[in-house]
Amino acid sequence: MSTPLLHVQDLKVHFPVRGGLLKRTIGAVRAVDGVSLSIAAGETLGLVGESGCGKSTLGKAIVRLSSPQAGRIVFDGHDITHASQAKIRPLRRDLQMIFQDPSESLNSRQSVRSILEEPFIVHGLGTPRERQQWVNELLERVGLPSASADKYPFEFSGGQRQRIGIARAIALKPKLIICDEPVSALDVSVQSQVLNLMLELQQEMGLSYLFIAHDLAVVKHISDRIAVMYLGKIVELASSEELYRNPRHAYTKALLSAIPVARPGHQKQRILLEGDVPSPINPPAGSAFGHRINHPRYAETMGMDLSLKEIAPDHWVAADPCCLSEEDYALCQSLP
Amino acid sequence: MRIESTKEVRVSETLLKVDRLITAFDTDAGLLRAVDEVSFEVRRGQTLGIVGESGCGKSVTAMSIVKLLPQPSGRILDGSIRFKDRDLVHASGAEMRKIRGNEIGVIFQEPMTALNPSHTIGKQLCECFLLHKPMSRKEAWQASVEMLQLVRIPAPEQRMHDYPHQLSGGMRQRIVIALAMACRPDLIIADEPTTALDVTVQAQILELIKEQQQALNSAMILITHDLGVIAETCDEVVVMYGGRVVEKAPVEEIFRAPRHAYTKGLLASMPHLDTPPKTMLPVIPGMVESLQNFVRGCRFCQRLQRQGTSTLERPAFVEISPHHWVEACPLCVDSL
Repeated sequence: MSTPLLHVQDLKVHFPVRGGLLKRTIGAVRAVDGVSLSIAAGETLGLVGESGCGKSTLGKAIVRLSSPQAGRIVFDGHDITHASQAKIRPLRRDLQMIFQDPSESLNSRQSVRSILEEPFIVHGLGTPRERQQWVNELLERVGLPSASADKYPFEFSGGQRQRIGIARAIALKPKLIICDEPVSALDVSVQSQVLNLMLELQQEMGLSYLFIAHDLAVVKHISDRIAVMYLGKIVELASSEELYRNPRHAYTKALLSAIPVARPGHQKQRILLEGDVPSPINPPAGSAFGHRINHPRYAETMGMDLSLKEIAPDHWVAADPCCLSEEDYALCQSLP
Repeated sequence: MRIESTKEVRVSETLLKVDRLITAFDTDAGLLRAVDEVSFEVRRGQTLGIVGESGCGKSVTAMSIVKLLPQPSGRILDGSIRFKDRDLVHASGAEMRKIRGNEIGVIFQEPMTALNPSHTIGKQLCECFLLHKPMSRKEAWQASVEMLQLVRIPAPEQRMHDYPHQLSGGMRQRIVIALAMACRPDLIIADEPTTALDVTVQAQILELIKEQQQALNSAMILITHDLGVIAETCDEVVVMYGGRVVEKAPVEEIFRAPRHAYTKGLLASMPHLDTPPKTMLPVIPGMVESLQNFVRGCRFCQRLQRQGTSTLERPAFVEISPHHWVEACPLCVDSL
């Protein structure tokens, strides 16, 4: 495989927990705890998991909106793990982000024109006249009338605001866009319009996406490969078809079985998970999911290496005796 | 299996009958009808789903039933709401307070706003019992702990002393369900009860609501935009568009043979797990008009910018096949 556009190696993002009278550090939220992944040019990697599993933190760490404690982020040949903001700024042209709630991520006091013009100004591109032209082109590209340029974000519906967010993200013709739940706040009919727009833009501009979402049907629709995250770690990674047809990890199976199916009377085996995701402050020492489901083999996994193994071509799964079938676990152990 | 249960339900008693309900808001642009002659009924043991995009009037319909419309702008202009043998439209504030939380339980979308942040869970639950039932404080406390057990909150005695912010989203929604179910209501209105939650928690919560509903043999109105949730939980479905019911049918019928173009569009625009990945999704063109621009005639034709007579006169609401009702616009419904 050629060099990927983005390569993340064993990334850790921890947040200190302060407490007591002197506000000393008494622990750490291990939001992202040893994640490795890569995204090729033109590819979409889906990232799913329950809230609190660290998927948004991972996305933010990649665009360096939060700082990693350990590991490496290599984007387009540059190691940006500890790069200063000044060094990152030129790279931000190629690395953009779309947020979940467009009404919060757009400045309500800026007109759409000034929102869309800003990236060009920050990067010192074009004359005012050229920029005006570019803003009009962007609006047209995301399907908004050019008259929108002089309006303010509150004058638009949720779907239109997300289009503005997308227009801002593609303004500088980036290579990779981190999309954090871009359609979760939208109605189904609007959601499909925005998904279509994202697919079109990807084809035209050769974009790569890291698509973070909790709606598995949406993620499957837009992604080439999907990573399933649980409590700061990736537990399974495969092509989207393979993951849905042939999930190996117990958590992936539970997630898939929880999706409501729009087919009345459809009988399925639902794996109901008890409780919520455990807290990433002092996570269980062994298999985190094994701990949640009270697996009899949990004790074995304490201190065990639960890293990903390639169980089938391009299908990676955590070698966890609590979460795999016996054959799969045996297979994992025979792998290097 | 579902079909049998629906038949059984048909003979059971009608609990709520909403007839030609019109709810309007006083605005600068005049009196605008958010709900425009909506009719449906709910029987004991039955779950009625209401679907539609934001702004179609589904929440306003629900809030009209419990008379929790925004004041002073919102009011019921016409129509009747018969609950058991009473007319809720003309019920006084005092009567409604006796009904709400006692005979009709409401589950709101955002549990953080439905719960009072400055009172403990225990106080809020006890209040519900003390208001509606002849109970001592001690009995109310005991009943509240039992409710928490019923919605499977771990360590309920301790949780009674917690404040809402100390609990996770899933836990908070369980508390809201406990509150809504506390007085064993005859009717439960659930307005997007799982929209803010993860799929895994959503599955738990829906299971819980269904279980409680069956235990109490109560009726339920479930408002959601997730057609998967509708398919899994409802017996009958009302599809709303532009403040009106455009289609109403048993759940299998809606999914197997939708008749109105809007229902078909909604069903098609949702990505399924078996739609081919990275393909364009069918979309419903245009967007929902704002209230003041609505035409008298078929509002879906208006959205599609169809010219002609269909937008002039309101189409009749007809029973196109047994128990299957549709707003009979000749352009939106084939083979009328």
